[in-house]
Amino acid sequence: MSNQNEQEATTRGIGTDEWVAQHEARIAKPTTAMGKLADRWATLPAVVQWGIPLIVVLMIPFTTSSDYVLRIGVNLGLFIMLVIGLNLTVGYAGLLDLGFVAFYGFGAYFYAFVSSPQFGISWPSWISLPFVVVTTAIIGLALGTPSRRLAGDYLAIATLFFGQMFLVLAVSSDAVQFPWMDEPLDITGGPNGIPSVDQISFLGFTFNSTLSYYFLLLGIVVIGIIATRRIHNSRQGLAWRSMGEDELAAQHMTVPVVRMKLMAFTVGASIAGLAGAFFASVQMGVYPSTFKLPLLIMLYAALILGGLGSVPGLIIGAIVMVVLPEILRFPDYSNYLFLVTVLIGSIILIKSWKLVVAVFAATIAVGFVANAIFLVVGVPYLPIDEWIEGPLAPILGTWIFMPEERLLFGNIAFVLLIVVIAWMTTRSKRVRLFAMPFVLWLAIFTWEVRLLMEPSITRQLLIGALLVVLMAARPQGLFGKPRVEVL
Amino acid sequence: MNQPLLELRNVDTFYGPIHILQKVNLHVNKGEFVALLGGNACGKSTTLKTALGLVIPKSGEVFFNGIDVTNMKVAHRIKLGLAVVPENRRLFGPLSVMENLQLGAYTNKQTSKENYSRVFDLFPRVAERRNQMAGTLSGGEQQMVAVARALMSNPELLLMDEPSMGLAPKLVEQSFEMISELHAGGVSMLVVEQNANMALTVADRGYVLQTGRIVLEGPAKELSEDEELRRAYLGR
Repeated sequence: MSNQNEQEATTRGIGTDEWVAQHEARIAKPTTAMGKLADRWATLPAVVQWGIPLIVVLMIPFTTSSDYVLRIGVNLGLFIMLVIGLNLTVGYAGLLDLGFVAFYGFGAYFYAFVSSPQFGISWPSWISLPFVVVTTAIIGLALGTPSRRLAGDYLAIATLFFGQMFLVLAVSSDAVQFPWMDEPLDITGGPNGIPSVDQISFLGFTFNSTLSYYFLLLGIVVIGIIATRRIHNSRQGLAWRSMGEDELAAQHMTVPVVRMKLMAFTVGASIAGLAGAFFASVQMGVYPSTFKLPLLIMLYAALILGGLGSVPGLIIGAIVMVVLPEILRFPDYSNYLFLVTVLIGSIILIKSWKLVVAVFAATIAVGFVANAIFLVVGVPYLPIDEWIEGPLAPILGTWIFMPEERLLFGNIAFVLLIVVIAWMTTRSKRVRLFAMPFVLWLAIFTWEVRLLMEPSITRQLLIGALLVVLMAARPQGLFGKPRVEVL
Repeated sequence: MNQPLLELRNVDTFYGPIHILQKVNLHVNKGEFVALLGGNACGKSTTLKTALGLVIPKSGEVFFNGIDVTNMKVAHRIKLGLAVVPENRRLFGPLSVMENLQLGAYTNKQTSKENYSRVFDLFPRVAERRNQMAGTLSGGEQQMVAVARALMSNPELLLMDEPSMGLAPKLVEQSFEMISELHAGGVSMLVVEQNANMALTVADRGYVLQTGRIVLEGPAKELSEDEELRRAYLGR
């Protein structure tokens, strides 16, 4: 700071200097086409921003008659409900709740208890749904009360235990002996769960088709999104977010930390409980295997992928985690997705267009050299039309050598790939760049020869790889704010 | 009798078995600027924590505005008119500056526009940065936001823990100018500071702590001329 500026600063008050004066001029304008488009989008009113996707989603049932597509929509709706609930507890209040799925389970079972032949009770929906919300909220409070003093990892352990406890209870409560009863009571139906649960009905209308649930959940999700956006800027939301960031500082702001924690637990739990009730109604039954750990991991993956605390983020995250595995059921799609992921992943990794072109050219060359070597050695191979069809066939068919013994060669290539990647991580940037064409070819070779044979396993593998690439490129999630440390 | 705003009477504070504050007597009168000085690990921050209620004394009493707050929770004390600029500022990094200020006014359910305009008038730089994430500000700006946040609750007494920490020498000077300007505006201050020189130039009175005991107290002018203190802390 020069002397002149200093003098100016003292005349205008604390902290006034050239920064304040130049504020407007310093705002960077986007230069790329994408950037301009994003800028345009950001200036649209929120109603338009949310209205366009909503219209698209409303149109889907009229463009397809496939029950399968609608069913994915219903699953997505349930998933988004769960992520909205989890976002309140984890994204806002910062409570690492690993027992969240248990509330989903409790909701489903409680709904089943009061609307199935299990106990011969069949309450109308306008009683059973509030009943589920209240009971799961109470359970949330019951878990929150002893856990309110636990922070971070300790809370995670306690809640994880709670989640597992729910599973054990659900599986083993099919023959509970109460002292005042002669016969053991079957509460949860054990591992087989409770079949034939009533469907939700209001004012004489029963939700009995996938289409009806699609619209029901769409309505609920819209309400959920509006509510989340309101909470975000409310006094309540502000208190939660401050607490999630720095509990002690929040206390200094007179945020009632304990009450806020319990509230976050309770509200999150009741949202999950309601989702559970819907789930039981959609399925017309509840089974304990639904509420296992993988669902929890998927929920957290969606939340972190989208960016903690961001509303559009959590929706995009949920779409990726629900729709992607469905798309990957078809080998054709997963083939495209793999190649695109490899392409984008390597572009992100290399960071220079010239080098990208060079690396890809070298990769193609490596492929043809490998073909030549295989041919010279005399490895028996499959003709093109026996292993690949569609538009990719002429390109991949000539470039990838498909040995007759796919399993053997594929396994060798897989092991080699892992070894090479492990070796690469210890080398310098230069060496890594030179090894890259070979690694890329090896990865594609392994994928086409071996992994594509077992779509159910490679599906998980591909999603994992995709998440790694995405998180490497944007550690804060797609819509999350980059983390900054206050020093 | 003129009642002091904040008073610590014979306060003994323990961390587990370790005796930290030993019979500390301290008071801040209305409109006064009091500096709390001392070297490392002498109990400065603990005194502040005791005043704020983060640490409950084993014996002794804490009064605020004549009310016994010894066993009162932090939130209650702050509602009575205390505010704190914590050590290292502790802003909510991912939240915007505006949201940080909103949290500063969390105590009063209806935040008046006046509060914001008063704070923005005082700190134009904070006004400019209101939509920015607090964590992306520079150290000096963060200090301003931290003070602005504390002022949002209209406190009678501002507790500051090491306002000079982590700031460039130039900014330390600025920071103290800012503090004395606030004091001139009618806020009473209790400032914990290692930089004794700086603190004594702006304070009315000072206390010097040494291993949990108050060893010196008096008007700032006298303290800065005290031979022993000069040798121990002022380094000249």
